[in-house]
Amino acid sequence: MKPPGRRAFSWSGAALRHTVLLATSVLVLLPFVWMVSLSLKSPGEIFQASFSVLPDQWHALENYTAALTAQPLPRFMMNGVIVCGAILILQILVCAPAAYALAKLRFRGREVLFALVLVGLLIPHQVLALPLFILAYQIGILDTYAALIFPFIVSPFGIFLFRQFFKAIPDDLVHAARLDGLSEASIVWRVMVPIAWPAVVAFAIFSVVAHWNDLFWPLIAVRSEELMPPPLGVMAFKNEEAGSDYGPLMAGATLIVAPLVVAFLFAQRWFVDGLSLGAVK
Amino acid sequence: MAVDFASWRRSETAPCPSGGAQARKQALAEALAAGLLAGPAVLLLLALFLLPVLAVFVIAVTDWQFGARSLSFVGLKNFAELFADPVFRRSLVNTVLYVCIVVPATVGLGLLIALLIESGPRLRAFYRAIHFLPYMATLAAMAIAWEALLHPTIGIVNQTLASLGLPTPNWLRDENTVLPVLAVIGIWQGLGFAMVLFLAGLKAIPVDLYDAAEVDGADATLDRLRVVTLPMLGPVMMFVVIVTALRAFEVFDTVKILTQGGPAKASEVLLHTLYVESFEFLRTGYGAAVTVVFLFIVVALTLLQARILDRRVHYS
Amino acid sequence: MTFGVVLRDITKSFGPTPVLRGVSLDIAEGEFLTLLGPSGCGKSTLLRIVAGLETQDVGTVSIGGRPVDALRPKQRDVAMVFQSYALYPHMTVGQNLALPLRMRRLSKLQRLPLLGRVLPGTRALAGTIARDVAQTAAALEIDHLLERKPGQLSGGQRQRVAVGRAMVRQPEVFLMDEPLSNLDAKLRVAMRAEIKDLHRRLGVTFVYVTHDQAEAMTLSDRVAVMLEGELLQVARPRDIYADPEDRRVAEFVGSPKINLIEGRVREAGAVDVAGTTFHLDTGLGRGKAVTLGLRPEAFGAAERAGPGVITGAVRLLEHLGSDLYAHVDVPGQQAPLIARLPAEDDAGPANGGTLHLRPRLDHVLLFAPDGRRLRPAQARRIMPLPLREPA
Repeated sequence: MKPPGRRAFSWSGAALRHTVLLATSVLVLLPFVWMVSLSLKSPGEIFQASFSVLPDQWHALENYTAALTAQPLPRFMMNGVIVCGAILILQILVCAPAAYALAKLRFRGREVLFALVLVGLLIPHQVLALPLFILAYQIGILDTYAALIFPFIVSPFGIFLFRQFFKAIPDDLVHAARLDGLSEASIVWRVMVPIAWPAVVAFAIFSVVAHWNDLFWPLIAVRSEELMPPPLGVMAFKNEEAGSDYGPLMAGATLIVAPLVVAFLFAQRWFVDGLSLGAVK
Repeated sequence: MAVDFASWRRSETAPCPSGGAQARKQALAEALAAGLLAGPAVLLLLALFLLPVLAVFVIAVTDWQFGARSLSFVGLKNFAELFADPVFRRSLVNTVLYVCIVVPATVGLGLLIALLIESGPRLRAFYRAIHFLPYMATLAAMAIAWEALLHPTIGIVNQTLASLGLPTPNWLRDENTVLPVLAVIGIWQGLGFAMVLFLAGLKAIPVDLYDAAEVDGADATLDRLRVVTLPMLGPVMMFVVIVTALRAFEVFDTVKILTQGGPAKASEVLLHTLYVESFEFLRTGYGAAVTVVFLFIVVALTLLQARILDRRVHYS
Repeated sequence: MTFGVVLRDITKSFGPTPVLRGVSLDIAEGEFLTLLGPSGCGKSTLLRIVAGLETQDVGTVSIGGRPVDALRPKQRDVAMVFQSYALYPHMTVGQNLALPLRMRRLSKLQRLPLLGRVLPGTRALAGTIARDVAQTAAALEIDHLLERKPGQLSGGQRQRVAVGRAMVRQPEVFLMDEPLSNLDAKLRVAMRAEIKDLHRRLGVTFVYVTHDQAEAMTLSDRVAVMLEGELLQVARPRDIYADPEDRRVAEFVGSPKINLIEGRVREAGAVDVAGTTFHLDTGLGRGKAVTLGLRPEAFGAAERAGPGVITGAVRLLEHLGSDLYAHVDVPGQQAPLIARLPAEDDAGPANGGTLHLRPRLDHVLLFAPDGRRLRPAQARRIMPLPLREPA
């Protein structure tokens, strides 16, 4: 005998909710399912008109072996790890001290520096591609790891984000650290960064996802296959195959998408937080 | 027995003879530390952001071709040429069209899914995870999966259509379908992001407001939406619209991998034009002009977003 | 007697946690009743059950003589003022006040944004709504704020708007959930008087939830003290203070807190307490434990130790201008006793010094070990003291 308040459970409402959400879920997952499904099938089966998700004959081993050997896929992935790792470490090394100076120190030009950060936030990276390409050419680093990394070693978004978090840390803690004899640099690394670690984790996820997935800049910066990060690699892979050999291509695509998807499934909350921070960018 | 706090305080803050010099010395030390800590970031921001942007404006008024030893000032000739160029105009129109499809659909679907997820207690995290998945999956790789999905003969889309006796277009090679199809991929990728922002917005609505609405008589689902939910989501909504529009203007990966702007420039978009002119044809001055146009659009949208963010603070 | 709100055996759990354990309460029509208790005692949940925002597991609610358990909040003819005010931030004050009337008086079609305006009857109804809003606004002196949005108002103004939104549809019952707790102390006192005045003018039933005893004491016809999901006592404010039914009520009401002293019955008419003997009838047998409750104002100063006099060391003196509170460490007592002394007594006690306190035995409240109030037949009688009065 419950009154029909809004907390009352309604079967029809719940059924409608699940029906619609399951339908959209299936549509959203379709490309993933299709990709994995094709990566398991033999060429013959792929070109038969059939709806089955799972193959009649498993061709997974052949496809994944082809993807990993015929193409330097492991190399692409390793490049991705090297580039994303280097970018992230450099970004934190550069951004955290600057953010601390902005948040806690008084000095002339602080407003100018902050304005510079905001201008940086405003500029989409594609705008910088042309001059940075010329710069990379001039100093002769085109087609090297350095070319892939250098445009990103300072992140206005990182400075901005860290500054917000550092500002929320009480000044008294900084004063106490100074009285305890810590230098300004060790205040940054031993006090501020450990306290603001949720911001660091969120930023790390944001940064790694952005650069693992980036196609635009690597396309400009490198030509050699052995330097290509995953998106560029998979594109090259596709162009070579010219759409004829779907099995290995889909296996390659699956392997490139997999690391982030798996990491996401294990740390959903962190990913959602980290990536929605990116809305400011 | 009481301590005289007032006089104790006074004695502490009384200026001691060497106070001025001490304070100056300390301020200097602080400024020095700031310089050391922020120095690298300042130099890098100048070298990697500010100067390059200025350079783009300078290059845009020259006729420089990458690799050429000389260049000359040509004023706004590049821009005049640009807006007279049918390819560029097509590119601009296509981009705007793409944005006009992607933004309302992404925002609408994102909102609908967020409302549905929030309307019940079960499987929230599950649905959220699934709908968010495309946002962080490598788009370059997923574009290839989409291509297989849309394959004229073996793709599941056309297989389904064929079995229903419907026409089976060659989606990515047909001038009429290519842009909407790219837009669908854009929506697929972005709707999880919109959803997450809406979910956060929904969480921020005070429960008291729903209670008040219920006591006031607004207890039907639609009344609750109209009186509380939608107005309270207003600021988030504007924010999502602009963020989605910004991302839509930056469409590139799918075009580069799936169509290269074809067929017959039907899917040529701004960033692809920028890329082709600057890095394939190496028409640097012309590419810089395209870059300037792109920059203006994005900066205008971002400034609008900043104003809305400002307003959101004043909302309640 | 007609009843405004009648609650019978209301029981409610959130998951495994019981929140209300069978609460029954009759609130008379036109009465101002306050639910008083610490946070988490279930008072807000009880109020929300009356409003229909929450559903009880067991029990019935009637309003104005009709059971309302199957009715939605809007059908119950109650209005509520929320702690956070819950004003719609995107609507002007005028629109906030008009909303409950629009929802009630206009049909679904008439409420549609554009179409609604051209439907027959909408205009006339809109006119009466505007008139009622204006009337309410004038009564609360917020008519100059009608075009503003809640964000542009001060705390006190928002509070008035929240009251106005409740008032405008002239409900049978007013429900208020800690409506003053977001105001600063000074404003709270002023708004307290206004709410009292509002109740007098409207003459309808008010159910008021608060954790603030001053509000409960000053506003209410009756106070219902709640603790851990149970009603401990429902009575007039001064009876809650002077004549509590339960040790927990005595402890919750009054500031500084009541002094509780453990005693043991020596013989009929005598209790051993804190190193002395009181001549008190407890109605208990020899050797039984008993707790004596003494309000700070129940002490008088004595010259020297003796039977009926508590002696201890002064730990702290608090001068409050009108009063002087002495915190006294008494041997065998964990917490210091707090006694209110006339401020002029300044000269008397000193920090660390010895203080003799003579409780007024007619002010002593007796509690059994389980917290029940003991009312021996003669307890009201003042026992003659076989002692010499201090000179």
